[in-house]
Parts: sequence; structure tokens; C-alpha cells
Amino acid sequence: MSLKADVQLDCKGLACPMPIVKTKKAMNDVSDGQILEVQATDKGSIADLKAWSESIGHQYIGNKEEDGVIRHYIRKSGDDHESEKKFEQTITNEEVIDRAANGGIILDVREQAEYAFGHIEGSKSIPMGELEDRLDELDKDQEIYVICRTGTRSDLAAQKLAEKGFTKVYNVLPGMGSWNGDLSKKL
Amino acid sequence: MTVIKMTAAEVARKVIENKELFILDVRNKDAFEDWKIEGHSFDYLNIPYFDLLDGVDEILPKLPTDKDVLVVCAKEGSSLMVAEMVSEAGRDVFYLEGGMKSWSAYLEPIKVGNLTGGGELYQFVRLGKGCLSYMVISEGEAAIIDAVRFTEVFTNFAKEKNVEIKHVFDTHLHADHISGGRHIAEATGATYYLPPKDAEEVVFDYTPLEDGLTVKVGASQIEVGALYSPGHTIGSTSFIVDSKYLLTGDILFIDSIGRPDLAGLAEDWVGDLRETLYRRYRELAEDLIVLPAHFMIIEELNEDGTVAKRLGDLFAENHGLNIESEEEFRHTVTDNLPPQPNAYEQIRQVNMGKITPDNDEQTEMEIGPNRCAVR
Repeated sequence: MSLKADVQLDCKGLACPMPIVKTKKAMNDVSDGQILEVQATDKGSIADLKAWSESIGHQYIGNKEEDGVIRHYIRKSGDDHESEKKFEQTITNEEVIDRAANGGIILDVREQAEYAFGHIEGSKSIPMGELEDRLDELDKDQEIYVICRTGTRSDLAAQKLAEKGFTKVYNVLPGMGSWNGDLSKKL
Repeated sequence: MTVIKMTAAEVARKVIENKELFILDVRNKDAFEDWKIEGHSFDYLNIPYFDLLDGVDEILPKLPTDKDVLVVCAKEGSSLMVAEMVSEAGRDVFYLEGGMKSWSAYLEPIKVGNLTGGGELYQFVRLGKGCLSYMVISEGEAAIIDAVRFTEVFTNFAKEKNVEIKHVFDTHLHADHISGGRHIAEATGATYYLPPKDAEEVVFDYTPLEDGLTVKVGASQIEVGALYSPGHTIGSTSFIVDSKYLLTGDILFIDSIGRPDLAGLAEDWVGDLRETLYRRYRELAEDLIVLPAHFMIIEELNEDGTVAKRLGDLFAENHGLNIESEEEFRHTVTDNLPPQPNAYEQIRQVNMGKITPDNDEQTEMEIGPNRCAVR
């Protein structure tokens, strides 16, 4: 299945350096936190887009190859790391599996593409931007452990849930970026 | 200022003639650290091209003005882009035609020496990958040993020399590069030989290369004799050419020895490797000139660009031939081995005829250094 991207860029048939040149340009029109899908056929684009993303600070989420077309998913760097976390109820990465086993639910608020390239087995995916419209999928009596990559989006999501009357909400820190446990890629 | 194309052949001459060159390698850092163009007198700057998209002003002071500057990338496109930027900033600059891809493919034929009755022995040095192939020429006939996959280089060279290729050998089933031996034999009607113990899974016909087999090349009967020398693989076989040269395949190199693990059987073959290097080779004349199938570092090249050294000198100088304790030898060749060559399992499959990748896929498999040795 194809993954959700905010902006798509066609670099099929282009040789190095064009996929990077075009990606760099396209990123100007992508907002922070949004996902750019780059379609390329040049195999060299894998190592180069990864290394380029790292050097700029964008998040290279992953790639899928199908019928000779490589789809790269890159999330534009937000200021994920700097912002202060405000939501007070937190638990750690290490605690979350045991807590969830006792009847809670892990809510992953990263984008669908990020979730697709690796998430905690059994976690529920609702990207941050869709949360407000999908509150009815959540149970107010259940403990909800909100997780994202660095704890920033989950902090905002937890605040949002609290506003809407959810009380048993916890932000999971430091988040999937530091996750050492097993990862599932099932959607 | 101008952007000038430099070919892999021109770079090869600079390596062999010990010339200076400044290489601006614009591939990403991992690729550069793994594998680059090696020269005795080359200097390097590695900045990925994607860090230069906004301009080259920052690196200009680092580029020398008293020697040639060559921009290198994987396939050419990025080096051309960067070279144009450097040129616009007012500097003369070269780019490598075809990038590292063409460097990996380039073969420089160098004459090793004369053989009895007017024959000649050539070494084909693949500088970018460290592979060495050989052609024995004598009175209208030729034998080829360990040919790499660029078969036309060999068939064209034979045409140029006006000789007919009669025998094609592989010293063993290669794991680091794709052999051209079988295809040369098919194209020329030559006999293709492979050690049967390495060939148990191959899916094509071949002539068994057994210990003691000799073939004669040309009217003056240059003798190419096989010597079973297992250890890198179970079938590995050496050749003695004209009682003068010892072609060691991947068993013995100039500054290192073969590794026994590329077919997955390091523990089983370490005894064979020891036996070959410490007993069989010891029985040979010390004046034989060793010609290996690989070199690993540029220091192994002689002044004329060949890779060759007297066997007696290797007994004295090569660390791998001077490990007295068997236990320590075992440890050296089975523990702490360098990383295995890129795609070595797939390359073995290709050399067994089990898979037939297209040219681009073959190029991709052979990217990087050969890594067949233990130092």
C-alpha cells in the first residue's frame, strides 16, 4: 500500500545529482513536520538522501522499492528537540510495555509513514493532525500512553486529550527515537 | 576557467608514474571511507556534493593551485556539477569521466617480462578494484588466467597481439569479483578450466583443473603447470609459468595472505592454507616471481606498476609466511577478519552460473575494494 505523504516529488529517471537537487528545492515548499515522498529510480539516491537528510537535520524515515521505483519518505525538520514539554504526567520508554499489558493503550501520534517503518506492536496509530477528529476512537476509562519520536508531538497530543476531558493520559519519554525494543512494521 | 575531462586511463598513468593529483571526492563520507582512488602521491578532500549545492566558496581555499584538481563522484553527474561550480569561481578543474564506476572497470595491461622463445607475460592491473589478471603469449597463442568480467579488454588485446586465445583458467571460484573466464572461452572457442572442488555447484561445462595438469602455449611450448594449493577455497590452484613465474591466485599476496572464510569454511580450510603456504610453496624455487590475483594497498605496486615479487623475498618479508605457531596462524586467519567483500555471496552465485544479473547489477555488486586478504 502507498503511504501518506504531504508532498510528492517525481525524480524517476534522473541520475545523481538531480534527485538531491530537486529534493532540496522541493523542501522549501514543505512545512515543518510534513512528509515529502521522493520517487527515484537511481539506486545511489538511497545512501545520498539519507546522508543529505542527516546533514540538514531532516528525518529520513525510510524507503520502499517496488517495480524499480524507490519511494523515499522524509519528514522536514521541525523544532522537535528544543521545545519544552508541558504535560506533567509522563512515563518512560522502559515502563510502557508493562503498563500497556495491564489494559492501557499505546497511542502513536507520529505520521503514518513513520509508524509504517517501525512501531511498537499493538500500538494504535492516530497522527497528531487527525487526533481532534478521531477522539471517538479512544476510551476515556482506559489509560492512554501517547508516544511520538521525541516526546514533543506526544506532549501536545496529551494536552489536547486532557482539554477534551481525558484524565488517564501519559506522555511517553523519550519516545520512539530512542526505542530499543522490538519494532513492528505491520499496518 | 575550464572544466576538463580526465579518463580512468589517464588517472591510472598518474598512479603508475607516481604523479601528484588532488582529488576532490564528492561522494558521501561512508562511500569515500570505504573505497577511493589510491595513488602514491595523491591528496584528498571529501565533501559530499549535496553539501556544495549552495556554492563552493568554502572549499576554494582548500583546493591547491599548483597541481591538478580532479573532482570524483560515483557516476560522473555530481562531479561535473561541482567541477562547473569550481570553474565558475575561476579555477581550472578536471572531472573523472564515468566516475568511480569507470575507475572500478579500468584495466591497465603491463608487461611483466619475456618468456622463453620470444613469449611475453602481461599483467592486467585493475587499479580501482585491486584485481590482477594475466595473459601468457607465445607464438600466436595465448592463455589467460583469472580474467575479470571486461572480456573485450582481453579479446581486443589478443587481437592487437595477433594471438589466438586457447586456454582460459580461473585459479578458484572468485568471491570478490565476477569472472570473465567462461565468457571469453565461449567467445573464442578456448578451453575453460576451473578446479573441480570449487565447481561442485556450477551449472555450466568446464574442463577440470587438476594438480599437475600442464598446457603448452605456442610453438615454443611455454609451459603453464597447475599446482594444487588449497586454503582460500578448497579448490584453489596455483600456476607455474615457464619455470619462472608463480601465479598464486588468492592464496599468497605481496603483503598479505589469502583469507579462508569467503566460502564460509574458515575453520575447515585453515589447515589447508597453512599446508600450502608453509610446505608446498616452501618446496618451490625461491627465485620464482610471485604474481597474485590481487593487491590490497597501493604500496604493493612496483615502480613500473606491476604487482610482482620474488618468492624468496616474500618468505623473508611477508608477515603471513612468518607465523611460527600454528595456533597463532589459526587465530590470525580466522579471528578479526576484515569485512567481507561487497555482495560476495551473490558474486559466487554469478560465477557458478546460477544467476545472470545485467551489466548495471554486476557493476553494483562489484562496488568497493576486494578484501580477499589477511594481513
